[in-house]
Amino acid sequence: MSSLPSKAQAAAAKRSSAWWQDQVARVVVSIAGVSAIVLVMAIFIFVAKEGLGFALTDLKLGEFFTSTAWRPTSDEPTYGILALIAGTASVTGLAMLIAVPFSLGAAIYIGEFATGKTRETLKVLVELLAAIPSVVWGFIGLSIMNPLIIKLFDVPVGLNVLNAGIILGLMAAPIMATIAEDALKAVPDGYREAAEALGATRWQVIFKVVIPSAKNGLVAAILLGVGRGFGETMAVLMATGHSVNIPHSPFDAVRAMTATIASELGETAQGSPHYKVLFTIGIFLFLITFVINMLADIFVRGGFKIGKKRS
Amino acid sequence: MSSSFATTSLNEKNRLRERLFRGLFGLVTITLILPVIIILITLTVKSQGTISLSFFTEYPRNNMTEGGIFPALVGTLWLVAVALIASVPLGVSAAIYLSEYARDNWLTRAINLAIINLAGVPSIVHALFGLGAFVLFFNFGTSILAASLTLAVMTLPVVIVSTRESLQAVPQSFREACWNMGATRWQTIWRIVLPNSISGILTGVILEVSRTVGETAPIMFTGAALFLPFLPTSVYDQTMAMSLHLYIIATQVPGVPPSLPYSVALSLIGIVMVLNAASIALRTYLRGQKKW
Repeated sequence: MSSLPSKAQAAAAKRSSAWWQDQVARVVVSIAGVSAIVLVMAIFIFVAKEGLGFALTDLKLGEFFTSTAWRPTSDEPTYGILALIAGTASVTGLAMLIAVPFSLGAAIYIGEFATGKTRETLKVLVELLAAIPSVVWGFIGLSIMNPLIIKLFDVPVGLNVLNAGIILGLMAAPIMATIAEDALKAVPDGYREAAEALGATRWQVIFKVVIPSAKNGLVAAILLGVGRGFGETMAVLMATGHSVNIPHSPFDAVRAMTATIASELGETAQGSPHYKVLFTIGIFLFLITFVINMLADIFVRGGFKIGKKRS
Repeated sequence: MSSSFATTSLNEKNRLRERLFRGLFGLVTITLILPVIIILITLTVKSQGTISLSFFTEYPRNNMTEGGIFPALVGTLWLVAVALIASVPLGVSAAIYLSEYARDNWLTRAINLAIINLAGVPSIVHALFGLGAFVLFFNFGTSILAASLTLAVMTLPVVIVSTRESLQAVPQSFREACWNMGATRWQTIWRIVLPNSISGILTGVILEVSRTVGETAPIMFTGAALFLPFLPTSVYDQTMAMSLHLYIIATQVPGVPPSLPYSVALSLIGIVMVLNAASIALRTYLRGQKKW
């Protein structure tokens, strides 16, 4: 008799401990859940803390975006990043010229043509490609591509837009191919079967049905590739030749925004104008990639209606 | 399929065109993969067999122009270990929230967007953040702690995304069965969902390790040193790292014999490839083992 209430009490205590555990876990896990948002905001705040004040007071923003004179260490320093923007844009542009056809082509082959073992092997190879660290790519640009370009095109130096563009293209293509292949895979098989039932050939199915349906995902893949190109640091630092220059041909050396921060931050005194202007470039890079990622996300969700909308 | 019809000229043309496209896309795929195989062979050849056991166990000598990469290798292990301690619990918890608790609302959408952005922010901006936040604001100085936390923030999306995927692969009926037994949500997650997805989480962690090993820009100003003649003894020390070591001896040090940077590059690529292959193999094995 006397043991019964104590048993019930123990059960209640046990239940309540499980209940408390559940509540605590819910809170902890929810805090971790929003950590990504907190961290992205923290990144902006900490980079802006060092760079935004300078950008709004001492820095002439007109000159910042339109001048090609990047002379942060001269007696009368000028901070024009137009040439750096041109450097980043030219390398990324060339990289996309290479990466877009190759990544989409590879995605179409892997997703639509290849079957069984071939398909699995190719997917694994593309995944391994995407894993090569950027500093190794930079080293390849420096030590393998550089002499190759000098020999092939008879130019004095092989560190230029062409070199960095090819390297960056090879770096971005596997990632873009993976995302593009996911987009192709997301097209329901019913679409393909319906088209084949109407007598369409394989290439008609791919070009008239699959690609138009996957268009948003493919655009997102390209956008994420562009974002990656803008943000790439080590490979671009090592393969571009690193001279401030608006390029007129693929054989001109350029310098990218990311590479400028990487090479100069170590030499600046903390809190100096030069130090702060590098953080200002950081804000600019953050905002560009933020917008590109936003757009890619909108495309993935099919937010923008491009082309005809199926009902 | 079309072979059962009489071969008309149109069919003939279509078949030709199809074969052409198939060949073209196959060629494109091969062209994408081929350079890497060439590069791997070139790296191996040009390192001239200088990779041996002693290459991994010796200190660099004579202004980093001779000797091995021992302190860089140990430093990379430190950086990876501390980064994992920070990012795995946080990333797995975040993934649990997204997979088990989150509803389809604006907050979840904002979290997803934040994850994409965290993965898409340029590595050098992560470096600026690490310098401003961990080195200066939290006053960790240039140290393993600051560098590893920067790497942890950067690679957090890898853990979150892969963990969320493996949690979502656990069938809903497992959870429902557990709830029907009177288990709380957390008991269900802890006893049923996590044990059933632990190996999937592990593949994600291996991928994160491989990313962390290769990153260079985020550690340049937060904790990695050009050269140190000793090993770090605590997380407040600076350290050498393999990725930065490759950059330094390839660009900053005069008189380095040409085979040395190739050896470092090959070691780095080797570690990353082995980790990735392990992750892929584990994933393939698990797919075969799944009972549901």
